[in-house]
Amino acid sequence: MSDLSNAARSRIMARLKAAPTSVPPELPAWSPPAYLPDERLARFTALMEALHSEVYEVTAADWPERLRTILSNRGINRVMYAPATQAGRQLADTWTNDAPTLVAYDRPVEELKDTLVSGVDAAVTTTLGGIAETGTLVLWPTPDEPRLMSLLPPIHVALVEADSVVDNLAGLIAQAGWAKAMPTNAVLISGPSKTADIEQTLAYGVHGPKELIVLVIKRV
Amino acid sequence: MSGDFTKRAPIALNDPTLRRNFRRAMDGLMLKRAAQFTDTQAWAELRERGTAAKARVIARLPELLELLEAKCTENGIQVHWAESVAEANAIVLDLLKAANVKKVIKGKSMVSEEMELNHHLEANGITAVESDLGEYIIQLAHEAPSHIVMPCIHKNKAEIAQLFAENIEGLAYTEDVDELTAAARKALRGEFASADAGISGVNFAVAETGTLVLVENEGNGRLSTTLPPLHIAVMGIEKLAETLDDIPPLLALLPRSATGQPITTYVNMITSPRKTGEKDGPQAVHLVLLDSGRSRVYDDLELRDTLRCIRCGACMNHCPVYTRVGGHSYKFVYPGPIGKILTPQLEGLDCAGDQPHASTLCNACVEVCPVKIPIANLLVRLRTEAVRPTTSLGVKGAGSQRSWRETMGWRGWAFMYAHPVVYAVATRLMARLGNLIPANAPMLREWTKIRTKPKFAGKTLHELAREKGYDHE
Repeated sequence: MSDLSNAARSRIMARLKAAPTSVPPELPAWSPPAYLPDERLARFTALMEALHSEVYEVTAADWPERLRTILSNRGINRVMYAPATQAGRQLADTWTNDAPTLVAYDRPVEELKDTLVSGVDAAVTTTLGGIAETGTLVLWPTPDEPRLMSLLPPIHVALVEADSVVDNLAGLIAQAGWAKAMPTNAVLISGPSKTADIEQTLAYGVHGPKELIVLVIKRV
Repeated sequence: MSGDFTKRAPIALNDPTLRRNFRRAMDGLMLKRAAQFTDTQAWAELRERGTAAKARVIARLPELLELLEAKCTENGIQVHWAESVAEANAIVLDLLKAANVKKVIKGKSMVSEEMELNHHLEANGITAVESDLGEYIIQLAHEAPSHIVMPCIHKNKAEIAQLFAENIEGLAYTEDVDELTAAARKALRGEFASADAGISGVNFAVAETGTLVLVENEGNGRLSTTLPPLHIAVMGIEKLAETLDDIPPLLALLPRSATGQPITTYVNMITSPRKTGEKDGPQAVHLVLLDSGRSRVYDDLELRDTLRCIRCGACMNHCPVYTRVGGHSYKFVYPGPIGKILTPQLEGLDCAGDQPHASTLCNACVEVCPVKIPIANLLVRLRTEAVRPTTSLGVKGAGSQRSWRETMGWRGWAFMYAHPVVYAVATRLMARLGNLIPANAPMLREWTKIRTKPKFAGKTLHELAREKGYDHE
């Protein structure tokens, strides 16, 4: 911190500490919505779809094949994936030659910037889970599955384990103990990138993905 | 009266295009918000929780700021303090110069508007590109935001189409919103890729974990804080959350109150710069904490409720004044009800004394405020502050609106009420001659320019009471 900043800090803190004090109020009880186990996933799916996302039910075994079909039908040429994750390995192992080309996010962004900014059509990531209350994906990007994968390519494909969908964010933060170990970046995603800045008319893909494809992996 | 809101407001009121643009937008936002809070019981509970969360932040502000600084530093986020916007600008400029930055890509930030950061950077040879679509539009138009959440809400499609056709190379005039959006995406992609630094605001800084929480729909905020090698976040010293557990209720209030969305497309939680082995994210993250008058607001137990604000903009969307005159009529960065209480406190009642009067005190803002800021009470308090005897303490510029005419008027009033004979003579005179005074007489015309002059009964209340048989009862 510079001298200037230090001096400013002293003066600001001195004023704040000299101000009259008040007793912090107690936090009143508040319970976020909860859902029955069998309606949780249905709600998550319905809300995701309402937020302009496509949701497919898949299995742990067949999702790469299902994904190939979905992407091929769209005429996708290049798909980014995370080669060091388990899902990435499964994808690469079962990929076929007639399918879109797989592009690995396997080096720092500085060496991959052009590819990320304009060289791929889609990217596949895993998720930490989903939130039924709002139709939301929870992502904790990792060194193996970096942040920009869910942001720069025009299509984001997200894998969600059906069992990992929870009722609400409050429960997730509390139960998983987020406060003890926050990652570099945690991100909640509810649909593709959108804007309503022009006459409140919704338009998708203004900066992030134009399309969000969610593959919900159900236990067989 | 300082400022000239009363002169600017009629210009806006007589601009049919502006009126139409605002009416349409505000009606939509009000309906969408109402649809989010149909369960009044749940809304009340949530609102109490959010209000208490922010009230606790304000009550514990000094210690929470120290905790936030310690946690951020521990996480590798470098914290800087600025007492004024000039200091904040200097800090940002030094950081950018040290990193040899030529171009900055910006996420939406009202604090950066407060700093007039773009001007400052341009004056020092650094290009600043706004990337939020609304901010990009008004940057092209060389205008200021007219709303704190939807900055270009005063513009319609045709105006934006014209602006894009003139400014984006190779784009023909089109009013198709998807085409306009795609053109902006294309133009800004290149800017993101070539920017040397990203600058953003902060919605909530979590003291417990040292996490910066940013909400947005477009993804430009995530890009600004992820793609360039340097990220600088600027925030007011009040925008904290105590714990991560406070984030879900605050998130449940903010976008629903702002745009009627249950959640924004992205909730971006940043806790550190890029760690060893991570492939993207900025190598350095800085947080600039700006005071700029907030610690002075903090000195008053009543006025400090202003600092609970989470900047949702619901108060302006529901304000009968704002929805008719729009944001530019206020002339200051923060328009609408929250601006009317915040601006005079930050800038001083001497230069923003008109703001607390740009209100009908109808209470609509108070009813929708998700953190229950008593805006109407604070407006009245600030009106009083503006005319109380001048003092160097309290609200900046307090007493600056006091006039000798008003002082004399009240002194005369007090004298009359303390002297029964004078009172009797004066009221009888007014009863007999009051109707002869022209409506546009000096001082009276301030009242009668928008009201009919009252008719005097011809007799005083005392006389009328006596006629009815009440005497010295």
